[in-house]
Amino acid sequence: MKIADKNTSAVSLVEKSLKRIEETKEYNIFTFIDNARALEKAKKIDEKIKRGEPVGRLAGVPFALKSNFLSKDRPANASAKILTDFPSPLNSTCAELLENEDAICVGCVNLDAFAHGSSTENSFFGPTLNSKDKSRVAGGSSGGSAVAVALDCVEFATGTDTGGSIRQPASFNGVYGIKPTYGATSRYGVVAMASSLDVIGFFAKTPSDLDLLMEICAKRDEKDLTSLPDFYAESPETFPKKKIGIIKDFMESEKLDPEIKSALEEKVASLKKKGFEIIELEMPTLKYALAAYYIIQPAEVASNLSRYDGIRYAFRSKNSKDLDSLFKNTRGEGFMPENKRRIMIGNFVLSSGFYDAYFLKAAKARTLIIREFNAAFEKVDCILSPTSPNPAFKLGEKVSDPVSMYLEDVMSVPVNLAGLPALAFPLGKSKSGLDLGAQLIGPRRSDKQLINLVKELN
Amino acid sequence: MTEKTEYEITIGIETHVQLKTKTKLFSEVDNDARGKEPNSCVSPIDYALPGMLPRLNGEAVKIAVRAGTAMNCKINPRSRFDRKHYFYPDSPKGYQITQFYSPIIGAGFITLPSGKKVRIEHAHLEGDAGKLSHFDDYSLVDLNRVDTPLIEIVSMPDIKSAAEARDYCKELWRIMTYADVTEGDLYNGNMRFDVNISLAPKGSKTLGTRAEIKNLNSFRSIERAVEYEYSRQKKLLDAGEKVIQETRGWSDATGKTTSQRSKEEAQDYRYMPEPDLPPLNLSEDFVKTEAKKCPALPADYREQFKTSVPAETLEVILDYPELARRLAEVESAASSGNAVEYTANLFASVLLAEENQSLLNDNLPSAAQLKELSEMKSKNELSSTAAKEVFLKLFETKHVNKSARELAKELNLIQENDSAALEKIVDKVLENPATKSAQADFKAGKEKVLGFLVGQVMKESRGKANPSAVQEILRKKLA
Repeated sequence: MKIADKNTSAVSLVEKSLKRIEETKEYNIFTFIDNARALEKAKKIDEKIKRGEPVGRLAGVPFALKSNFLSKDRPANASAKILTDFPSPLNSTCAELLENEDAICVGCVNLDAFAHGSSTENSFFGPTLNSKDKSRVAGGSSGGSAVAVALDCVEFATGTDTGGSIRQPASFNGVYGIKPTYGATSRYGVVAMASSLDVIGFFAKTPSDLDLLMEICAKRDEKDLTSLPDFYAESPETFPKKKIGIIKDFMESEKLDPEIKSALEEKVASLKKKGFEIIELEMPTLKYALAAYYIIQPAEVASNLSRYDGIRYAFRSKNSKDLDSLFKNTRGEGFMPENKRRIMIGNFVLSSGFYDAYFLKAAKARTLIIREFNAAFEKVDCILSPTSPNPAFKLGEKVSDPVSMYLEDVMSVPVNLAGLPALAFPLGKSKSGLDLGAQLIGPRRSDKQLINLVKELN
Repeated sequence: MTEKTEYEITIGIETHVQLKTKTKLFSEVDNDARGKEPNSCVSPIDYALPGMLPRLNGEAVKIAVRAGTAMNCKINPRSRFDRKHYFYPDSPKGYQITQFYSPIIGAGFITLPSGKKVRIEHAHLEGDAGKLSHFDDYSLVDLNRVDTPLIEIVSMPDIKSAAEARDYCKELWRIMTYADVTEGDLYNGNMRFDVNISLAPKGSKTLGTRAEIKNLNSFRSIERAVEYEYSRQKKLLDAGEKVIQETRGWSDATGKTTSQRSKEEAQDYRYMPEPDLPPLNLSEDFVKTEAKKCPALPADYREQFKTSVPAETLEVILDYPELARRLAEVESAASSGNAVEYTANLFASVLLAEENQSLLNDNLPSAAQLKELSEMKSKNELSSTAAKEVFLKLFETKHVNKSARELAKELNLIQENDSAALEKIVDKVLENPATKSAQADFKAGKEKVLGFLVGQVMKESRGKANPSAVQEILRKKLA
C-alpha cells in the first residue's frame, strides 16, 4: 500500500479514497463517512512530513473500520438498530494502534447486525453488494470491509471473524483476509459476538500489507485478559516441513463448487511443483464442528446481547409502559430477526436441564476438534482448504433459509473452534467472473508463516 | 389424643461479604462510593458499554485467599468464572460474573464461641449488583455498587437454633473484620445474610422443605426471623400442611416473614462459563504468602486470654478488633497478668459503657499508656475513680504523647500513700476544733462518723490521699 511521503501527500491519498467512496455509493459499503476529520488528520501528517518529523508506519493510509469497532466519536452501531445514536466514548485497542501509526479512518463499514450472518443482508442499513456482481452478496459478516478494499475505497479494513466473517467475504471479493490466532489481537472495544470465538483481523490487497498490520496490532493488551503474550514479531519466517495437508472430506464434499474444486486442484499441482509434499488428512471429527459451533456461538451471543436493554445507552423503545415492556419492546424493535433467532437458540441451550445435553456436549466436541487439528499439525505445516463451498450467491437466495445460510460456515468454523489462524487468499475467477478463494489454516501462533507461505504461492 | 410431634430445625446460611479493595472487581474505578454522587464510581466496564472486557482485580483474589484461610478452607489452585443471567436494571451486563462451577474457596469450618464447629461448603468470588430507588411512577438506578467485589460464603446445614444462627453470623462477621476482608459495616450492607430454614420431625433422616429468608443484615433480625420461621413452619406441619420451597423477606417492623418468590417462579439463570476471563490459577507459594498475611482471629485471642480475662468480658471486647489487638499488645508489654485483666475491664465496663462509646472514634490509648495506668492502679497510686478518669482523658488528642503518669500528675490525681505525709494531714484535721465532737462520737463507738473524718482528710489532701490508708491511720490515732 502507498504510504504518504514527500512525493505523495496524505491529503491526496485521502481525497482519492473519499472520491472512490462517493463513486461506489450504490454498493452500500459505508454506514458512516468521516470526511472532515480524515482530511484534517491528513493535513497534519503532511505538515509533519514537510517539517521532516517522524511519522507512523501507516502515515496517511486511508482505512475503514467495521462498524462494530468502537472509535472515539464515531458511531459503533454494529449495523444494528438497537445501537443507533451511539457515538463511541472511547477507542478500541485496534483502532487506537492503527491511528497511532497515522493511518486515517475515512469511515465505518457495513456488516450483518452484530456480525450475525454470512452475507451482510442482515444489516439494519440493507445489504452491501458484491464487488464483481451487484446482484450477489458481499459475503459476511464483514461484507462492507471486503468490498471497500476490493473496490479500492481504502487500502485496508478491519474485520471480525467468529465463524468465517473475514475469510468468506474476502474470498467472495478477491482480497486477502487474515483471521489471526485467537488472542493475537485485542478484542477490547469491539462489540462482542461470541467471546471465545471472536477474533479481530484485517482485509488488504497484498499479504505484505497484512504482515505490516499484524506487526502493528498483534500485541498483548492488558485490557483483554484473553490476549496472548507478544509472539508475532519473534515468529519464525517459514514453516519447517514443507508439507501441506488437504482435508479429504472438504475436497470430496458434494457441496463444493466444481470451479473452486478445480482451482484448488491446480493450486495443489503448482505446490507440488514447488517442492511441497501434499498430504491427504482424515479429520472425521470436523463434521461435528458446525453443530458444535451453532450451540456455543448462539449461547455466547445470547449472553453478550443481554446488555442491550435500553436502560443506559443507545436505542430505547418509546412504547414502554413499565420495566417489562421497556425490555421487551426495546429488544423486540431493536434486534434483527437473525439476532433474535440466535438469542433464542442460545438461551435454550443454556437453560436448566438442557445445558448438559447441548452446551456441555458442544464444548466436548470442541475439545475433540482441537485435538484432531493438533494431531494433523504433527504431520503437516498447515492445511489448504476451501474458504466456503461456493462463490458469492444471489441476494435473497438464502435469507429465508437460515440452515442453508449456516452451511456457508461449514469450512470456516472449525478454525474458530480451535482458535487457529487462517488466511483467505484469492484463487482466480470463475467463468462468470466471480471471485474464488481458499484459506490456509495453521497451528496456533503461525500467523506470520501463513502470510509468508501465501506470498510464496503467488 | 395424639402425641405432639417434636421438630428439629436445620439452618444453612449464605453470606455475602463486600471486600475492602481499593478498586472494583473488574475495573479500576474507586470501590468506596460512601458519600459520593450516584453513578460517579462507574467505569465503561461496569456500565457494560459494548466491547468492554472484565479485568480481574488481583487484590480481591488476595483478600479471598485470606478469607478462605480465616475459615480453615482449602484454597482451590484452579478456579473459574461463570455468567449468571437475569434482566434487571441493577445488572448492566444482563449477567453477574460469579463462580458457579469452580469456586476459589473450598471446604472448611468456623468455630463458634460455644466451641461448636459449623462447616463451610465453599465460598466464591463475584460482583455485586447496583441499587434501585423506586418512586411513584419512576425508578432511579445507581450503579456505584456494580461489581464491588463480594465473596459468597455457603455454610453446611449445621446450625440448629435461632441463637446458633445469630452466633454463626456474628462470629463470621468478626472473622471477616479481623482478617481485614471487609469494612464490616452491616448497616451499609457490607455483609448480608440469606438464611435457609427447614423443619423435620426429631430423629428424621431426611431434611424438610426449606424456605430462604433473603437479605438479613442484623444479628437481632437473624435471630428473630429464624424464631418466626420456626413457629410458622411448625404451625403448617402440625396442621398437616406442607411448607413451600420459596424465598421470603423479613420485616423488622412487623416481625414477620412474607413470601417473595416460589420455586416455580424461580428464574433460570442459564449459567455459562465466562469466556472473557481465563481460569484463575494460584500457585502454592502465592496461597502460602497470602495466608500468612491473615491477622490474629477471635479464636486466637480466646486462646491467648483464656486464663487472664473472664470469657464474658472478652466476648464483649472481641466485637472490636482494635481493642483485642491493643489488649494483646498490653500483654506483651506488661510483666504481670493483672495489667491485661485490668485493661480488659476498662475496655468492657468503662469504654464500652453507653455514655463513652463515642470515644471509639478517638485515639485509643497506647499499650504503654495502658500498662502504666494499670500498674499505677495496682500500686494504689491511683484510686479506681482516678484511674478511670485518666483512662478516659487519654483518648483526647492533646494527651496522645503523654505517659499515663504525666497525665495523672497534670490532673493532680496521684494518691498520697506516704504514711508520714498522711499522718501529718490527719494530725492537722484532728487538731481542728471542728472535728472534736466527731472524734468524741467515734471514741464513744459511733462507727459512722469515721466516714466524715476520712472525708475531712481527703479534703485537706485535695483528694490525693489514699482513703483506705487514711482510715487505718485514723483508727490507730483514735484508738
